[in-house]
Amino acid sequence: MAEMYFTKEHEWIKVTGATGKVGISEHAAHELGDITFVELPKIGKTVKQFDVLAAIESVKAASDIFAPLSGKVLAVNEDLDTTPETVNESAEEKAWMVELEISDSAELKNLMTQDQYNEFLKTL
Amino acid sequence: MNDSHYCPHTPEEIQEMLSAIGVASVEELFSPIPSELRAKTFNLPPGLSEFETFDKMKSIAADNGGGMSAFVGGGFYDHIIPAAVDHLSGRAEFYTAYTPYQPECSQGTLQALFEYQTAICRLTGMGVSNASLYDGGTACAEAAMMALRITGRNKIIVDGCVNPFSRQVLKTYLYNLDVEVVEIAPLDGLLNREELAGMLDESVAAVLVQNPNFFGCVDDFTALAQQVHALDALLIASVYPISLGLLATPGEMGVDITVGDGQSLGNPLSFGGPSFGFIAAKKAHIRNMPGRIIGETVDKQGRRGFVLTLQAREQHIKRHKATSNICSNQGLCALRGLIFLSAIGRQGLVDMARMNRDKAEYAKAQLVSIPGVTVLQSAATFNEFTIFLPKPADGVVAELLKKDIIAGVPLGQYYQGSENCLVVTVTEKRSRKEIDRLVRELEVAVCN
Amino acid sequence: MQLIYEQSVNGRRGVRLPVSDVPAAAELPENLLRRQSAALPEVSELDLVRHFTNLSRRNYSLDTNFYPLGSCTMKYNAKVLENAAALFAPFHPMTALLPGGVEFCQGSLGMLYDLGQMLADITGMDEVTTQPLAGAHGEMTGILLIAAYHAARGNKSKKKYVVVPDSSHGTNPASASIAGYEIITVPTASYGDMDIELFKKAMNDEVAAVMMTCPNTLGLFNPHIKEISDIAHSHDALMYYDGANLNAIMGKVKPGDVGFDVIHVNLHKTFGTPHGGGGPGAGPVGVKRELIPFLPQPRIVMNDAGQFLLEDQKAGSIGRTANFFGNFSVMAKAYAYIIMLGREGLIQVSEQAVLNANYIKERLKAYYDLPYDMTCMHECVFSASKQLEHGVHAIDVAKFLIDKGYHPPTVYFPLIVKEAIMIEPTETESKATLDAFIDVMIEAAMTAETNPQLLHDAPVTTPVGRLDETKAAREQNVCCIG
Repeated sequence: MAEMYFTKEHEWIKVTGATGKVGISEHAAHELGDITFVELPKIGKTVKQFDVLAAIESVKAASDIFAPLSGKVLAVNEDLDTTPETVNESAEEKAWMVELEISDSAELKNLMTQDQYNEFLKTL
Repeated sequence: MNDSHYCPHTPEEIQEMLSAIGVASVEELFSPIPSELRAKTFNLPPGLSEFETFDKMKSIAADNGGGMSAFVGGGFYDHIIPAAVDHLSGRAEFYTAYTPYQPECSQGTLQALFEYQTAICRLTGMGVSNASLYDGGTACAEAAMMALRITGRNKIIVDGCVNPFSRQVLKTYLYNLDVEVVEIAPLDGLLNREELAGMLDESVAAVLVQNPNFFGCVDDFTALAQQVHALDALLIASVYPISLGLLATPGEMGVDITVGDGQSLGNPLSFGGPSFGFIAAKKAHIRNMPGRIIGETVDKQGRRGFVLTLQAREQHIKRHKATSNICSNQGLCALRGLIFLSAIGRQGLVDMARMNRDKAEYAKAQLVSIPGVTVLQSAATFNEFTIFLPKPADGVVAELLKKDIIAGVPLGQYYQGSENCLVVTVTEKRSRKEIDRLVRELEVAVCN
Repeated sequence: MQLIYEQSVNGRRGVRLPVSDVPAAAELPENLLRRQSAALPEVSELDLVRHFTNLSRRNYSLDTNFYPLGSCTMKYNAKVLENAAALFAPFHPMTALLPGGVEFCQGSLGMLYDLGQMLADITGMDEVTTQPLAGAHGEMTGILLIAAYHAARGNKSKKKYVVVPDSSHGTNPASASIAGYEIITVPTASYGDMDIELFKKAMNDEVAAVMMTCPNTLGLFNPHIKEISDIAHSHDALMYYDGANLNAIMGKVKPGDVGFDVIHVNLHKTFGTPHGGGGPGAGPVGVKRELIPFLPQPRIVMNDAGQFLLEDQKAGSIGRTANFFGNFSVMAKAYAYIIMLGREGLIQVSEQAVLNANYIKERLKAYYDLPYDMTCMHECVFSASKQLEHGVHAIDVAKFLIDKGYHPPTVYFPLIVKEAIMIEPTETESKATLDAFIDVMIEAAMTAETNPQLLHDAPVTTPVGRLDETKAAREQNVCCIG
């Protein structure tokens, strides 16, 4: 069973062994409103933890998506090119955006667990 | 303080308003400005009546001298403008409106700009157009920056046959960026393809060409597009919209981004502006387009309507990460372009383009009959062509100006060693009589 | 309404062209010809006239509706300005660039020169270029001038940043970024201006410029402006003035006197030229003496004999920012506006613009939250936060105003005010118009409490209701391919 971790910028990563899938939380998807576009990175791109990984747009807003962990982009969810609304419908399941090859799992200590994130949301 | 133009309040009304605000004088409202910062001088002359103002403007315009017979282009062209263009674009509902940020009360502007985008796409054979840029030169610069974004590379190759002013604007835009701009010197008035081939590699973001080019030469860039695409680079073409009544479109040639100056489409010369720049691209590049784009949609009742769309690319949302800083564009000039194209219509543009070429070919034939005058023969031409004079073109042009003829653009200032070259432009507005007079006077000037 | 393409009938002709008086030329080679004519409209002239006349009636405009759009200075566009500009329609710009050509352009060049002089007086600058084609284009030109200034002093690689307040127009950071700088954003303090302490912390010797709007986008004059410019100058950073709000201070303050080095002016705001449904505008840029060598070329100069000449290709200049001399006919309108109003007239413009804004602010502050309650300049910014308690947003108030025949104020800008409603009445509106508008704004506030659904459903009087912007952004139907 994959473990899910969150950032303060509302990204999540589901870690399975040495790889993890990244998306944004349901809370973030709701705040952004109707998503119209997800800008995905090129496969093979390497990022450091909390670097810009992707970008997301709604009608009136544009936001960066930051990498929860350092790593290399293994795959991107190309379905989002044609159906960005998946982010609104299933932010934490179907709307994964990037699959990362994790380069340093020690960085997980900088992330929140599901429970911690739920508590964090209450403080906003 | 009540005799100025367009400030309607009576003294009594001003008093009522001051009481409502709770201050004693208008001056008190300026109290947030520290007194030591207040203006110490203000030297403008006293005001004039509307009548006097217009009279003064008439005398300024008269200082330019009388009507000229213009055989000159350089990016701006003297074409017919149907009367309907002035009247319709002059409707206050169009020209005194602001940017259509509130779509429900701006459907007039929005639908017109959607129709404009459609006209540009159909004219150029491209998939997507924005709602206008400033002018032809800034459109070249925006296209280059768009190519840098799309490719992630930092070199632009510019054909030296592109309008020199547009090349200068491009360089100014890129002045403070880490971008290399390489120019290729023309060969017989055409792109030096051999030199280009030696430069093309995977560091190149885009190649910028122009059709017809500054010498008037018409080219086919189909093979070039394939060559550029093989390196995942882009081909940008600047085009003269009237010529597209006749000439192969950038879309047909495989061009990725098409730009140009829209002045020739229903906008007066007006000493250089306003005109509008257009930019159109393959649909895949829509998110990297600069500026405003109008999109079709529906309201809750399913009625068709138009909105500014993909605004998340733009400066008011994305701020420093926007695709461009452009905000105000040249919307009213683009509207004039649309009305112009709609007024002369599908066959009208073909006929107009053909007439431009016919008149230019007539002028060309007459001019080369002058002893010592020859024509650049490396390529076909549209309504501009380059002739070689037996003496420097500068003096000849200056001579003809005194006879109310603008004979063309001497090339010496823009291309070393071209001092005797003159680019002559002939639009549909120039009568055979005017052309014959140009030929006569030019003959006098070159033979003296 | 149908698109004009949907009214096309194959073979129908509009305006007739003259019959050619020369022989037909030989056909071009096939590879140079387009395969099919462009599918442009095929309509009669009357159909064309009806189409665009009816389209125009689907717009609100300044001549038909009060347009209190904050930050945009929608003042009356005097009709004589249009007539004046039309006088210059036949003049070809290339004439001035030909050998011996300036002699035939003395009127046009002289007018641009004089306009530059007058704008220099209004702004307290030493020289003005009229080349930039819009406000944002002026910003970019101004920042490039600053870059050239630093480069000439050997500091090109050292200067990396441009500082902007978070209340700035989006064009400021966008223009600076396009000109090659990274952006440092400084938050606004509770007193409505850039936080001076945070500003001091943000400043360092790598800052190339500070871009300010003064009065700022909250309509407030920054009393610390001189201190800010002194701090900037102590780091060899130049001060850039965004002239969008110049309408508030003509004859009262000159940006050049309070430390600004570069300014752009929006002729389509302050100087009464029409906005054209989004353009054309014009964005002349004024500079202090030390930046003159870098101004765009060709530069219009006057010789000792009073003749106007062009200086071109001069080393040091940032080059051309536009193909010719800027949006000339916009300049002709602004020139006519300035000579018509004159010194006293322009002072009165600013005084009554400020009077009108404060009048609206005082009359409405009981009904709408006023986050920065102080004397404003030419515009005031409310928040719909009180209305939000009833589920009514700024956008709902805006749409209600449309139903009442008003163009809405600017909403959701500046970004630092939640549910912002930014009102700029300008000096050309009568008290009766302001009073009627105030009444409708009060009605909107009342309706928010009693019948919020009415505001959510607005507008209902327009040709279309609220449009599905998500659908537009997802489907991207931006032209109809024929």
